[in-house]
Amino acid sequence: MANSERTPGVVAGRLQREALAENFADLHEPFDAHEALVAADRCYFCYDAPCINACPTSIDIPLFIRQIQAGQPASAAKTIFDQNILGGMCARVCPTETLCEEACVREAAEGKPVEIGRLQRFATDTVMATGAHPYARAAGTGKRIAVVGAGPAGLACAHRLAMKGHDVVMFDAREKPGGLNEYGIASYKTVDAFAQAEVAWLMQIGGIKLETGHRLGHEIMLEELQDEFDAVFLGVGLAGVNALRAEGEGHAHVRDAVDFIAELRQASDVSTVPVGRDVVVIGGGMTAVDAAVQSKLLGAEHVTIVYRRPRDRMSASEYEQQLATSKGVRIITGAAPVRLAGGEHVTGIELAYTHDGPDGLTTTAETFMLKADQVLKAIGQHLDGAPGAMALDGGKIAVDGPGRTSVDGVWAGGDCATGGDDLTVTAVAEGRDAAEDIHATLMS
Amino acid sequence: MADLTSDFIGIKSPNPFWLASAPPTDKEYNVRRAFEAGWGGVVWKTLGEAGPPIVNVNGPRYGVVYGADRRVLGINNIELITDRPLEVNLKEITRVKKDFPDRALVTSIMVPCEEQAWKDILPRVEDTGCDGIELNFGCPHGMSERGMGSAVGQVPEYIQMVAEWCKEHTDLPVIVKLTPNITDIRYPARAAKAGGADAVSLINTVSSITSVNLDTMSPEPSIDGKGSHGGYCGPAVKPIALNMVAEIARDPETAGLPISGIGGVTTWRDAAEFLALGAGNVQVCTAAMVYGFGIIKELTAGLSAWMDEKGYSSVAEVTGRAVPNVTDWQYLNLNYITKARIDQDACIKCGRCYAACEDTSHQAIEMKEGRVFEVIDAECVACNLCVDVCPVEGCITMEELDPGVIDARTGKPVEADYGNWTTHPNNPATRAAE
Ligand SMILES: Cc1cc2nc3c(=O)[nH]c(=O)nc-3n(C[C@H](O)[C@H](O)[C@H](O)COP(=O)(O)OP(=O)(O)OC[C@H]3O[C@@H](n4cnc5c(N)ncnc54)[C@H](O)[C@@H]3O)c2cc1C
Ligand SMILES: Cc1cc2nc3c(=O)[nH]c(=O)nc-3n(C[C@H](O)[C@H](O)[C@H](O)COP(=O)(O)O)c2cc1C
Ligand code: SF4
Repeated sequence: MANSERTPGVVAGRLQREALAENFADLHEPFDAHEALVAADRCYFCYDAPCINACPTSIDIPLFIRQIQAGQPASAAKTIFDQNILGGMCARVCPTETLCEEACVREAAEGKPVEIGRLQRFATDTVMATGAHPYARAAGTGKRIAVVGAGPAGLACAHRLAMKGHDVVMFDAREKPGGLNEYGIASYKTVDAFAQAEVAWLMQIGGIKLETGHRLGHEIMLEELQDEFDAVFLGVGLAGVNALRAEGEGHAHVRDAVDFIAELRQASDVSTVPVGRDVVVIGGGMTAVDAAVQSKLLGAEHVTIVYRRPRDRMSASEYEQQLATSKGVRIITGAAPVRLAGGEHVTGIELAYTHDGPDGLTTTAETFMLKADQVLKAIGQHLDGAPGAMALDGGKIAVDGPGRTSVDGVWAGGDCATGGDDLTVTAVAEGRDAAEDIHATLMS
Repeated sequence: MADLTSDFIGIKSPNPFWLASAPPTDKEYNVRRAFEAGWGGVVWKTLGEAGPPIVNVNGPRYGVVYGADRRVLGINNIELITDRPLEVNLKEITRVKKDFPDRALVTSIMVPCEEQAWKDILPRVEDTGCDGIELNFGCPHGMSERGMGSAVGQVPEYIQMVAEWCKEHTDLPVIVKLTPNITDIRYPARAAKAGGADAVSLINTVSSITSVNLDTMSPEPSIDGKGSHGGYCGPAVKPIALNMVAEIARDPETAGLPISGIGGVTTWRDAAEFLALGAGNVQVCTAAMVYGFGIIKELTAGLSAWMDEKGYSSVAEVTGRAVPNVTDWQYLNLNYITKARIDQDACIKCGRCYAACEDTSHQAIEMKEGRVFEVIDAECVACNLCVDVCPVEGCITMEELDPGVIDARTGKPVEADYGNWTTHPNNPATRAAE
């Protein structure tokens, strides 16, 4: 007898193949050419457009939309890539509802912004589908730069440096490049192995040597890199996961949401990924939503997100919260875990209502139990093992301006560095800007 | 309820909406369906001489200009007059008129510029029982190269001559259809009147090339790699048509000459505008070709509702209402002073007004912290560009300054009295007269 949504415990294959295929298909269908023209026609070509300012990479959005209107999606893509070489990924994963589309004047006018994200995808897909890479390298400078971390920050930095004629070696601890694009982002945002396809497309620029399985602090040391290279860029993300610090955290089937997601993302067949019948996800951010939604899509019968603060404090956008509830995820706010029940395996979670008072958030004596055979922790990631000499700020590598760290010749960007939100697009912007600064510094 | 019945030069129809001579009126099947849908009248697709009919191209005959979302703004065509035998058309006209006696059925004709040709065809047309004839002096393509259509329409003497022949050889009312492809529309209108025509109708299509295929370097519509000069019609030509209708309506020499307004009529509002500028009725082609005959319901209901709202009881009461307000530039009141006003609550902060005024006008809009756009009265010349480019209706408006108020731009008080260019001190003619 095959498993179903009601099978107890953490098991794989709760849903039929067809249902799984449908669940993990593209969240937003790509535009066809006609839809793109209709959507593009809605752009007002605003003066000093607010959407540009709202984009961390400052893409000239009205310009690229006008280029789509004028029948040249490839030129539109060039406008995008000039600012954001991962424009294809960003078109899929950016929370546009809190970025460009929130700023769109048509959001103010009629609550319906120009669909910038999907238009961006239309343009970038047009170019990437051809396989052609629209940039060539400048003449070699003879400078060598080490980029540590092949996530969005590292990739953007490496590409910009290679384009300027520098030689780049990009190290990553994992087996595959892409960072969270490959291991973290929800499956339904990046179907068809887009993350690897994008990295391959980007690497066509040439001049970037990729070394996977190289972990800073293990196979490679910062001091050695400093000796060997003219500059170093750190884009190592947040590899550490915050602990719950609640009793019973050691029970089986209590795990980090990012690991669960990584397993899902790496599975060649989602029907082999086990998931609980009663899943509880702790946290209020994008990771919590992604873990909850994907648990539901895998066939968990009950999925609950528990967040300790009020709903409006969740860092997951309203749109994402709605996505979760539309998939049948229940969101409980104002409650925090106090104890995980169970023997060998977790069987439930005890939660206490919280109180948001002048002394900050405190738990009340009033508690309740939720049935749980799987608990996913999504209460944040932290920087893991920053190289010794580096000044930190709030647990992240302190940078000023375009990614300069306290150590001469070492730049940092993306989630591991201070400044900006922890978003793909922000990482791209910081990687790109650090590259420009490295170039300016080395060539002066 | 407003009475939409129309009496245009003695031709009666239940409403003032006729289908213009074009594909919608090319055959019995179409016209029957149009009448069933509620159209007040039709001008049958232009008939030519007896004998082998003309032939059309066998490739595409229309080009197009789109607005947003592929909305058709204009169509051009290289279609000729009817390509069906005269006898067939005459039989069909007879049958349809018999079955729809209350509708207007006017026959459009284009035959060579020889009296005999008109003498031959007119009795045959009369025999159909139709209500009138329209002389097609308008098509800019194909026929004009054979000395017919707009070639005749561009020579006032010919218009007069042909109109005279028609008045002589038939008792049917004669409408002369005018081509806009001429510098001053008043000359052919005057010629039509001098020739005894009962009315003019205008405009026919505007000579045009809608686009060029940049791969093949052929104008569109392309016939085997070549294109020609087609006739443009649809909403895009309405301003040209309104202008020409008004010119004729206010020309003392043609004052009172009935006008059938044509060109871009798409909704009831367009029709009301044509009527206001002097048209006795309107004719529609492109809107029917784009949306089908069903639009007649919106046209009639809309015109009727608007007339009720304004208290007009008949179409005739609307005709010409705006004509006295069409004047020459020199008579416009230069003491009427307005300033742009931006409604901050309605503003969506797109900044289009700013780009327009700053880059191309008078640097009269200030962009303040937080994308707040404000008009600088001292610079605003009231050109209206900001109003025109603002995507939010009613957000930017023009406010009239009351007499006595200081115009911040000139530093002078607004004068209470009307004053125009003819009396303005900067006018050399005024100075010469002093
Ligand atoms: C589950 C989840 C969902 C998300 N969804 C979205 C989303 O939908 N939209 C969005 O904009 N953002 C999303 N984010 C955030 C986004 O993924 C990150 O902000 C972004 O990936 C940061 O890029 P980065 O290059 O700084 O770091 P990462 O993407 O984390 O890349 C860091 C890279 O460095 C490598 N590395 C780490 N330590 C070392 C070391 N010591 N030595 C060598 N290499 C090392 C890692 O293997 C990795 O490849 C999500 C994050 C998570 C966790
Ligand atoms: C407000 C305005 C004023 C114009 N004034 C002139 C003019 O003084 N002389 C002239 O030759 N053309 C004038 N034009 C016509 C333009 O030069 C141009 O030929 C016309 O607008 C068509 O081009 P476009 O629609 O592509 O802009 C004017 C156009 C506008 C909109
Ligand atoms: S009316 Fe003309 S001059 Fe005045 S603010 Fe608007 S665009 Fe500028």
